[in-house]
Parts: sequence; C-alpha cells; structure tokens
Amino acid sequence: MSDHAKGGHGTFKSYVVGFLLSVVLTLIPFWIVLGDVMDNTAWAVAIIFAMGATQMMVHIHYFLHVSLKVEAGWQVMSMGLTILLLVIVMAGSIWVMFNLDENMMPAHEQIERVRNLP
Amino acid sequence: MSLSNEAADGIARATGVDPIFGKLSWGVFPFYEPIILYTFIVVAIGGGAVVGALTYFRLWGYLWKEWFTSIDHKKIGIMYMVLGLVMLLRGFADALMMRGHQAIAASGGEGFLNAHHYDQIFTAHGVIMIFFVAMPFVTGFMNYVMPLQIGARDVAFPFLNNLSFWLTVSGAVLIMMSLFIGEFSTAGWLAYAPFSGLDYSPSVGMDYYLWSLNIAGIGTTLSGINLVVTIVKMRAPGMTLMKMPVFTWTALCTNILIVATFPVLTATLALLTADRYLGTHFFTNDLGGNPMMYVNLIWIWGHPEVYILILPIFGIFSEIVPTFTGKRLFGYTSMVYATCVIMILSYLVWLHHFFTMGAGANVNAFFGITTMVISIPTGAKIFNWLFTMYKGRIRFETPMLWVMGFMLTFVLGGMTGVLLAVPPADYVLHNSLFLIAHFHNVIIGGVVFGIFAGIIYWWPKAFGFKLEPFWGKVSFWCWLIGFYLAFMPLYVLGLMGVTRRLSQFEDTFYSIYFVIALFGALFIAAGIGAFLVQIYVSIRRRDELRDTTGDPWGGRTLEWSTSSPPPYYNFAFTPRVHELDAFTQMKREGFVRPTEGFVPIHMPRYTATGVVMAGLLTVMGFALVWHIWWLAAVSFAATLVYGIGHTFNYDRDYYVPADEVKDIEDQRTQALAGAAE
Repeated sequence: MSDHAKGGHGTFKSYVVGFLLSVVLTLIPFWIVLGDVMDNTAWAVAIIFAMGATQMMVHIHYFLHVSLKVEAGWQVMSMGLTILLLVIVMAGSIWVMFNLDENMMPAHEQIERVRNLP
Repeated sequence: MSLSNEAADGIARATGVDPIFGKLSWGVFPFYEPIILYTFIVVAIGGGAVVGALTYFRLWGYLWKEWFTSIDHKKIGIMYMVLGLVMLLRGFADALMMRGHQAIAASGGEGFLNAHHYDQIFTAHGVIMIFFVAMPFVTGFMNYVMPLQIGARDVAFPFLNNLSFWLTVSGAVLIMMSLFIGEFSTAGWLAYAPFSGLDYSPSVGMDYYLWSLNIAGIGTTLSGINLVVTIVKMRAPGMTLMKMPVFTWTALCTNILIVATFPVLTATLALLTADRYLGTHFFTNDLGGNPMMYVNLIWIWGHPEVYILILPIFGIFSEIVPTFTGKRLFGYTSMVYATCVIMILSYLVWLHHFFTMGAGANVNAFFGITTMVISIPTGAKIFNWLFTMYKGRIRFETPMLWVMGFMLTFVLGGMTGVLLAVPPADYVLHNSLFLIAHFHNVIIGGVVFGIFAGIIYWWPKAFGFKLEPFWGKVSFWCWLIGFYLAFMPLYVLGLMGVTRRLSQFEDTFYSIYFVIALFGALFIAAGIGAFLVQIYVSIRRRDELRDTTGDPWGGRTLEWSTSSPPPYYNFAFTPRVHELDAFTQMKREGFVRPTEGFVPIHMPRYTATGVVMAGLLTVMGFALVWHIWWLAAVSFAATLVYGIGHTFNYDRDYYVPADEVKDIEDQRTQALAGAAE
C-alpha cells in the first residue's frame, strides 16, 4: 500500500468538491436543453461541449489525482498524449462528419419523397 | 421500415427463439456445403489424432501445469506464436480457396464456391490474418523479447498477461466455431454499416464476428497496458529511455497505440452490437442513424492498427541488421524519433480509407498530405538500415535474407501507398485490386517477412538450438517469388479496373492474370510448407544445431547475455546498463558472469484463473451469438464471480531459493565450459 499512497488519494473534502462540481457541470447542459433556454443553437452546443471538457478536467484532478509532480511527470505526459489524441479524434471526426453530412446526406424532403413512393 | 413493423419484428424475434437452445437447431450445421463437410471430416480426423496423441503420451497435465496456467512471459510469448501459426494455416487456406476460385471463375468456369460462401471466406481471411495471425505474432514477440531486452524478470502484471492471451484465444475459438456451427460474416473484415446491421445481415455470422472481436479486443487492450507499464517501470538500472534497444522503443510506441486505439474499436463494435441486439439506431439508414459515422470510427482505429503491426517489425529489423553487419545501428536517435513521429502521424490519416465517401476537397487534401508525410519517417528508417549495412561485414544468414527481401518489397509497397494517397488517383483505384495488391505488399513484404526473420533470429534464444538454414532459405525464396507472382498481376488488374471481392467474371480477358496469381499463392504455400519442414528438421537435428553460449549470432542487446533458453527468472542478477547495446559493452569490457553469491528471487505463481475466465467468456460469446440468454447470463456472472474470487487469492508469489538459482547457474557454467573446450 505504501507505494500507492505516494500518489495521494485525496481527502473527503476534495472528493465532495469534485462531486459537486461534476453535478453542477452536468445539470447546466441538461437545463440548457430541457429548458430550451438558448435561442442560438450553436452557442448552446458550444457551452455544452465546454461543460463536458471542464468536467473531464474536474474528474482528472479530483478523482484521478493527476498533477505535475506525481511519478516524475509520467502521468502528465501520458495525459498530454491522451488529450492530443482525443482532440485529433474528436475534432477530426466532427470536421469529417460535418463535411460528409453537408455533401452526402439527403435533405428531409428527398427522404420523404422516396418514402412515399407507391 | 416503419415503427409498427419494427415492433412486430421484435416480437417475432423474441418469440421465434427457443428459451433453452436459442437459435440453435439441427439445421445450423452447414454440411450441405461439400467443402465444409470435407473440411470438417479432415479437421475431425486431424483434431482427433492430436487429442488422442496428447492423451496417449499423457501430455495434458504437462500442458496444463507448465503452459496453459503459466504466467511466465516467455511461455506466453511462445503460446502467442503457436496461436499465430495455427491461425496462419487457417487464414492461408482461405486465401488459396479464393485464388483458386477466382482463377477458375475468370477463365470461363463458375468456380467451386457459391457467392455466399465466397463472401464468408474473404471476410474470414481478412479477420483471421489481421486479428489472429499478425496480432498474436507481434504480441508474441513483444512478450518474449521485450522483458529480456530491458533486463526484467517478467512483465508488470504477469497474471493479466496470461488472461490477455486466453482472451485472444477465446476470440480465435469463436471464429473457428463459426466454420462448422452456423456461418461467418459476409460483410468484409471491417463490417461496414449498414450492411452489417440487422436488416441486411440477419444471420449469426455477423454476431460471431462481433463477439469474437469484442472479447479478443479486450485481451489486446489489457496486454497493451501491461507492456507499456513494463517498459516504463521495469527497465534495468542505468537503462534510460535513449539507451533502450530499438525493438523496445517500437514496442513502447506500439503499445501506446494499442491502449489509445483499441478502446475506439471496442466502442464502435459495442455500438454496432447495440444496433443488432437492442434495436438502437447508431449506424442504420433510418431513424437518425448514420452509417458514415461507423466508417469514420472504425478507421480511426483501423489506420493506427496497421502501424501497431508494422512498428514492432521495424524494431525486429533494427535488431537484426546491426547484429548481422557487426556494426552499431546507424542513426539510433533518428530511428527513435521516426518511430514516435509515425506513432502520432498514424492518427492523422484515417480518412484516406474513404476519400470516395464524399467529404469535401479540403478534407481530402488534408488527409492526402498527412498520408504522404508519413512516408518521410518511414523512409528515414529504410535509409538507416541501408547505412548500417554500408561497409559492414554482412553475414547472409537467413534472417538477413528476410531483411533484404523486406527492404525491396516494402519500398515498392510504400510507393504504391503514396500513389493511393493522392485523392484523385484514389478515386480511380479505390476498392480495386490495386489496393489489395498494395496492402498485401506492405503486410506480407513488411509484417510477414519480419515475423519470419524474427522467428529465425530469436528461435535459438527460446529453444537453445538454431533453425536449420537450408529449409529456411527454401522458405524465403518460395515466399519472395510467390509474393511477386501473386500480387504483381493484381496491381495490373487493379489498374485495369477490376474491383475487389468479386466471385464471378463475365470476361475471360483477365484469366491469365488470375492464373499467375494462383501460381504465386501455390509458391507461398510451398514457402509455408518449407517453414514447417524447417522446424521439424531442426527439432530432429537439435543436438548438432545446439547453442550453449546463449549468444549464437553475436548479439548486441541484453537478451543474449543470459542462457538459451533463459531460466524462468531470466537473470540471476539484474544487469546494470551503461550504454546502448548493453551486451556489446559487456563483451567488450570483459564482463565476468557471477557464479556465486546468489540471492533468493521474487517470482509470481502460476494460476489457472486466466484460462477459466477466458473459457467462461467463450461460452458467453457463443451463447450471445445464438441468443441463448440464460447461458450468457450464467457464464457472464460466473466470470465475474471467478474474477472477484481471484482477487482474494493472496498466495500469488514466492521466492526462488538461492540454492535453486545456484544449481541452475552452475549448470550454465558447466555448459559454457563445455562449449569453450
């Protein structure tokens, strides 16, 4: 156990803070969608994504206890790589799928026309 | 399909399934296909003979105690290699059938496979060759060699290593089962949606594919985590990152890729599984599903996957070339950076697999350029090997032949790859046989050649005797000639517009090319045969091929400093590393092997938990394929209970007494003295 303890396991307080932050960061997106509070969808989506990203950081900090000092920086390095790859995968997918959607997906009327063929 | 139809379908599905036997019935055995019937008879006789022989010679207990339950990284590595070899025979049988069928079908006949069976065969060929041949071979090498190279006694999580191996076997078993019970997927090796959805592939074949890869994929992910931790945490004192052998570097990058990408595969297949089992609509055509998303996600895993295969092979070549030229590797630092750059770049190119799906010009241009850029670090590696050979005293032993065959062949494959990376050219060549020729060119010319080079190179380390060179050279020349005969015609056919996966041809114009390709496949068959003969002959003549020094080739890295085969604890004392090519330095400075003062060695205990859990998960996979819900639930629960039970087993390790270490090391001292006389 002593080896593990070096990384730090957080305190009761830090877990509660992390939990409350996570709850708040989850409730805000739900409120935005369910309460129909924003007129501008693009901004709503942007805020929801930002909340999601922030929540990831909260989990990493409060629950996984990653900091610059732990394990001679290996944790931070591997997390940096993880974030890089996640950004590549997510930003890339959004870019690619947006392009494909724009170029290839039929409009609603087109689908309905085919659907109503005799 | 409207909602009411769907509901009716669901009810039919729910009620049409027997509560005890699920979809199983006497009709599921495809013995009405003569080919499958004959295969079954041969397999039953052969399998019966093997089981009978093992029973007759009372080997089951030995296999169970010394191998199946073993958590020694060396034994697990060898078991991975055996799995790869067995599955290679199956996958190659599929290849021969395809080549034979196409040669007949292109010459005016009908061929001997009906379209449905043919579709299953090309799917099985792809799935098996990538997941159950190339992956086990590569993982086997990393398992066996890497801990020895870094001077470790085992991997970081020895039990997990055993579990990973058996999970891979579990996936292989499910695929083999699909040959005789039911059928296999017809959707190609990546199971593109929406064809792989329930509407177009209602049979159990697709489900075999999904559960096989779900289970094996978990094994691969766990093994990736294990090996990354081993490299990061367990290097011998003094071995800084820039003193790690290149093979260990490539293993590190490969396993990082595995850890980062296999979850994407698992998640994608899980979504497809949900589409098929739970009625969700992630990848369907209607109700908000988007099949293009499936293609996007599967290639985010799929492209790094090909680098997962080739990077460790680059590492193998980087070990072989310096050893057989008697020089240090040219450009070690650039080799390391090239590997890392490839690791990152391999993430930025996935869209080149679907240029033609219709993304805009800017997207295609971006991914086309990143694809071309990746050839720069790869080219740097080729030049490093060439410069290592330049003015070296090259010994033309069998591993070196494979290396040179690789360099010629792989450069050719790489160049056709750059050609395919040009989006306008890809519009012409997409899905044609040109593509098939290209990726076989890099996978056979790269991965397979490297696997054979590595097997011959490290065989004496694993078993204590060299492989006999004559049959090895026969195997090499058959493979090399066979490869060119089999795939050069496919380049030509592809340029003429022949698409992949065709089972019938109207025009006999292409006949000659397919016939030549068939001859190539037969040459490769001879190459595989010669390899098996080589192993057989070498085992028969093992006494004259024996190597007692532990260093038969004049190796440069730590694995050669211990005996062949290494004792189960690898090193009596953990070596201390002062420079790259640690063993060369030890030899140069007259390192003397310690013969006394041994201390007890801390080792992990063998356990059967991995075999049992993987066995239970195989049952679960089978039950889920056939919708036998009760069995799936029971076997899943049993797996969990067994796994949790294992965590309460505290008797996991022991100390090898110093006397035992001394006995083993004394034997080596005598052997070395005998060799010196």
